Amino acid sequence: MEIPYGVKERPDTGLNNAKLGIWLFLASEVMLFGGLFSAYIFLRTGVDDWPMGSKYLDVKMATLNTLFLITSSVTMVMSWASLKLNDFKKFKLYAGSTLLLACGFLVIKYFEYSSKFSYSYYPSTDNFLGIYFTMTGLHVIHVIGGIAVIAFLLFPGAKMWETDPERFTSRIEVTGLYWHFVDLVWIFLFPVLYLL
Amino acid sequence: MSDNHTKETFFTKYIWSIDHKVIGIQYGITALLWLLVGFGLMMVMRYQLAYPDTQIPFIGWIFGEDKLLLPEKYNSLGAMHGTIMIFLGVVPLAFGAFGNYLVPLQIGAIDMAFPRLNAASYWTYFLGSIIMVVGFFVPGGAANSGWTSYPPLADVATAGQTVWLLGMVMLITSSLLGSVNIMVTVIQLRAEGMTWFRLPIFVWTQFITAFLLLLAFPPLEAAGILQLMDRLAGTSFFLPTGLVVSGEVLTNAGGGSPLLWQHLFWFLAHPEVYVLILPAFGIISEIIANNTRKPLSGYKSLVYAMTFLGFMSFVVWAHHMYLTGMGTTMGAFFQTTTMIISIPSVVILTALLLSLWGGSIRFNTPMLFALAFLPMFGIGGLTGLPLGLAAADIHLHDTYYVIGHFHYVVAPGTLFALFAGVYFWFPKVTGKSLNESLGKLHFYFSFIFMNGVFMPMFIQGLAGVSRRLADGGQAYAHAADVIYLNEIMSWSAWLLGMAQLFFIANVVLTLFKARTGEINPWNATTIDWTETSSPPLGHGNFEKIPVVYRGPYEYSVPGSKIDFTPQTEKG
Amino acid sequence: MKPEEVKHHVKIYINVFVALLFLTVVTVGISYIDIGVGPGIALGLLVASVKGSLVACYFMHLIDEKKTILWTLFATVISFMILIFVPLSTMFSNAGY
Repeated sequence: MEIPYGVKERPDTGLNNAKLGIWLFLASEVMLFGGLFSAYIFLRTGVDDWPMGSKYLDVKMATLNTLFLITSSVTMVMSWASLKLNDFKKFKLYAGSTLLLACGFLVIKYFEYSSKFSYSYYPSTDNFLGIYFTMTGLHVIHVIGGIAVIAFLLFPGAKMWETDPERFTSRIEVTGLYWHFVDLVWIFLFPVLYLL
Repeated sequence: MSDNHTKETFFTKYIWSIDHKVIGIQYGITALLWLLVGFGLMMVMRYQLAYPDTQIPFIGWIFGEDKLLLPEKYNSLGAMHGTIMIFLGVVPLAFGAFGNYLVPLQIGAIDMAFPRLNAASYWTYFLGSIIMVVGFFVPGGAANSGWTSYPPLADVATAGQTVWLLGMVMLITSSLLGSVNIMVTVIQLRAEGMTWFRLPIFVWTQFITAFLLLLAFPPLEAAGILQLMDRLAGTSFFLPTGLVVSGEVLTNAGGGSPLLWQHLFWFLAHPEVYVLILPAFGIISEIIANNTRKPLSGYKSLVYAMTFLGFMSFVVWAHHMYLTGMGTTMGAFFQTTTMIISIPSVVILTALLLSLWGGSIRFNTPMLFALAFLPMFGIGGLTGLPLGLAAADIHLHDTYYVIGHFHYVVAPGTLFALFAGVYFWFPKVTGKSLNESLGKLHFYFSFIFMNGVFMPMFIQGLAGVSRRLADGGQAYAHAADVIYLNEIMSWSAWLLGMAQLFFIANVVLTLFKARTGEINPWNATTIDWTETSSPPLGHGNFEKIPVVYRGPYEYSVPGSKIDFTPQTEKG
Repeated sequence: MKPEEVKHHVKIYINVFVALLFLTVVTVGISYIDIGVGPGIALGLLVASVKGSLVACYFMHLIDEKKTILWTLFATVISFMILIFVPLSTMFSNAGY
């Protein structure tokens, strides 16, 4: 016996289990990053001498990263749309692009962090840097998680397209939702940490 | 989940099982063992409280050559007692065990929505609990800054605190996986005819609990990450500037706030207490309806009250922080919300009490525990009121009054409900019923000694005896008149421990009995009782997926030949 | 979803992408204009919220999502707001620090 509504939608809710599951998970992630945003606000309000982001951080690198992530969000949703149009080649192209852009994000982050360390700017230096490293660090962990899942679905996991295309498409949709969320967090992190 | 034909090994059947019933039992056994461990820690603490600075008998050698419980060790036992009871014991039992086992059965589903995620959530819990306990073996011993882990103390505490934080991260992850699973299962996998208002109250409570865990736990995870950064990366999120520790000024950057931790911690920890009580309400509701042979009074009131309770629980947390200097405006805000949240609790208790009226009450062991729950929870709830009123809390905060209050709700409250649940559902899970005589002995002695341990705490608290004192208040003049109560409470605690032997013996002896396989020994109406065998079928629970035609508590329907009508019986 | 519908969605994705690129430029641009800390924060968060809404509504398809999801997110947003604003309020009430 198979668990019902894994991919097919349940009539009264209009949802399948995977989509509902990922949205509930994302709700918890909103609260996780919310806790850190709350900490940022609390810490910043508590002192008079909070530094401007540009004092420590490279706005140009972060802007490039923002563009990478936004573009990767488009390619991710396009990869899903390609599957809906039955175009597996296009799917691979878009999913692959998403992976490349995501890795690009990590590369820039690597340069950013090493640059900070080379100036002896560590998390312990002050609370701005502390919260910067913690928030972007947690975000990076989420990016890595996303890369792992997308890579799995693009390579070994892509076999499922042959045997159960609807289920595979659902997996890509759900992964996409997660990936858009990762982009969304960065859309807020970027101005809050770098520009304000 | 379409691999019914792959061969089952011992490993896939009992260890990495994706069957919600096996996972529920795994949670149950693990949690009950941890409850015993957590209780054991407290029994040692109570020795120190009754007979300060004397050698601990029997097991004193664990604490060093002089067999004394030093204050730091006392603090470790205290912090770990709280942590283990809440996060390794009660929640995994109430939510992980009862929830996982019963929710699919009660809604007519063949398993949870995500069976493999379910297995992952159990093993993450298991791993987290092992990590927690490793703390006892690191230099400096286990975490000793209270289960509340307040900085700055927790920031500068010994290595055990880091281990605590890592354990919490795993436990929170486990909980989140479980919450998603329960919520999707209840929303998506209800059988045909099982509308929301035909759900057993038990399922409602599990659903609301899952919602609370989903949204409230992550801020604590965030706080845990921040505290780990403070401890491991030298940040100062919770360390104010110029802090002096052991006579030396810290060289950290400073600028942090200990209050930030308190806000993030209590944002979880207040909803957490409703996580502790809601499953208990659910279990009690099922048992009362069944043993009064009449429908519950106020099904809809119960549902609306519990839902309202769930939402309100997010806006009361700073009543744990009245004495932190937040000012009267915010103090008044939280006092108001706290008073408001007492209303749904009263509605729920009233509905359950009214449900007894005119009932044909059967005084079996589960019902005895359920009946006792009502006044015990009542005492716990009422003693919360002076704590929720900021002015009275000035005197009572951080005294034994608080300890008495919360233990009444969790110990003769939730734990009694959980025991009731074990006695009630044991025949469904194992096909064998627990012995009634041993059960009643377990009940009566537990009831007496629970009150023996916790009632005197109100007296000590009103006298001003602070909590977390390794000498039980001996050093303070204001405690002199009430210090004699320590010995009484300690003996009650040890006798309470002995009383649990009736339960343990009962379980062991019953497991060796032959299986009767009686499907519905309590003559209950819900699907878990009427539509599956005892124990339920390994693959898929039901011979035939049930169709529901009625509400969950159609007992003594007028005109019916028997005093209960299953949910699946056509109208 | 029928192929025509998907193609229509694709057009929307491209439009949203262009809007996001534009708004990113706007975000960075206004950070160079001195309008004071308070207004700066408000404007920055406003633009970020617009960008976030575009991602949520169109890439994540919230604009035509089912009630269950929308109500869950509504509860989450309320919870998030409480977490952000209430601890802050305790810093500004009359005892203050």
